[in-house]
Amino acid sequence: MMSFDPYGNPTYFILLFIALLPLMIGLLYGHRSHIYESIISFVFLLLTFGGPKWKTGIALIIYLVYQICLVWLYSKYRQRADSANKGWVFVVSVILAIIPLAVVKITPAVAHGASSIIGFLGISYLTFKVVQTIMETRDGVIKEFHPILFGQFLLFFPTISSGPIDRYRRFVKDYDSVPTRAKYLDLMEKGVRYIFLGFLYKFLLAYIFGTVMLPTVEHAALQAHGISWALLGVMYTYSMDLFFDFAGYSLFAVGVSYLMGVETPMNFNQPFKSKNIKDFWNRWHMTLSFWFRDFIYMRLVFFMMKHKWFKSRITTANVAYVINMLIMGFWHGETWYYIVYGLFHGFAMVINDSWLRYKKKHQAQIPHNKFTEYFAIFLTFNVVCFSFLIFSGFLNTLWFVPRH
Amino acid sequence: MDETQSTVLSILQDLTGEDVSSNMDTNLFDEGILDSMGSVQLLLELQNQLGIEVPVSEFERSEWDTPAKIVAKVESMQ
Repeated sequence: MMSFDPYGNPTYFILLFIALLPLMIGLLYGHRSHIYESIISFVFLLLTFGGPKWKTGIALIIYLVYQICLVWLYSKYRQRADSANKGWVFVVSVILAIIPLAVVKITPAVAHGASSIIGFLGISYLTFKVVQTIMETRDGVIKEFHPILFGQFLLFFPTISSGPIDRYRRFVKDYDSVPTRAKYLDLMEKGVRYIFLGFLYKFLLAYIFGTVMLPTVEHAALQAHGISWALLGVMYTYSMDLFFDFAGYSLFAVGVSYLMGVETPMNFNQPFKSKNIKDFWNRWHMTLSFWFRDFIYMRLVFFMMKHKWFKSRITTANVAYVINMLIMGFWHGETWYYIVYGLFHGFAMVINDSWLRYKKKHQAQIPHNKFTEYFAIFLTFNVVCFSFLIFSGFLNTLWFVPRH
Repeated sequence: MDETQSTVLSILQDLTGEDVSSNMDTNLFDEGILDSMGSVQLLLELQNQLGIEVPVSEFERSEWDTPAKIVAKVESMQ
């Protein structure tokens, strides 16, 4: 049986186009068929999780049943007229939701790199969707829970493997309605444009940086040992590869969603034009950083301020930055370089904030012109690329685990 | 100016150190006046001073990004 990585090769795109055509004609004429959408979802999920990868398909099904039951039970608890909304019930639910992902992430660290049998492509992204739904249910903003719609939200195939991370209420609003013809024509035009831009990013630019250039500079850096110009080359080349590869994938995911009449949020907004680190996180992997902002950072700050953990708001913000980014590091994987990457960005946020406060206080003395703006962009770009060098794990290869 | 509006504006002034009453439609996030930390403080102050409970989930940035929108939100929740 055929098996594909999503958006991996031309055949996948041809099949996708054929499958989407009836759906697109339907939307143009004001019809949306959940049955047809479910059938093509099933086919594309089968192409991704079936064939030689059938074991991950089984893992996905078990995971799905487990999480739907969990959220269902929690929302039953919350929607009782006399719901006590106890904190511990909420905490236990969130822990239960995270356990499968934790097992998958920790297994390679303790089992010499072996991957867990309960893992499958996209488990991280599904976990985000489950946890946020539990949190919004606790807050009472999700008032009704539909297990089938929730399953369709989790399994929405264009975004299943690596996001962008949508929100349940936003998704359901699109998925359960038909856009007007003018609106859908606009979505189609954008969707097609995004997919073609994705081709440029992923199959041309990421190919040049990642497949053509990166091995060469990596080889030179390994030959040079330690700090070298080639290492700087690795830093920039890897950063470009990372961006074009992931932004390319994200454009496919958003573009295909648009063709299905679902406005999946964008993931990137010209991140290398950021003028500081805070700005960067509003432009880079946005659905992930907004997820961390809304469901970890803001809640953490809210909790710490309400219980008056620290006198100063600055301390509160800083502690929350570091914890927030550290959790993001752990989420990437249990290796030193992901965790250092998280800490690096946590402290970068702290420094960024203290600079912004200083700047506000001394507005009159600090020059502001085109040159300082370009300098800020240049500095941010280099700090970010350095963090990606940490993230790449190449330093681990260079210093600790030489390749054979 | 009604009471809700003046309370909201005084909370914003306390939090940001800026008087935004003459720029009711300025985007507080784009201008760097408000950030996530400031948003949480705003929610806590709305609770303390006006007694309205706004859970973090209710805080959709695009619905709270100008002084005018914040006032409207608060009024709708009272």
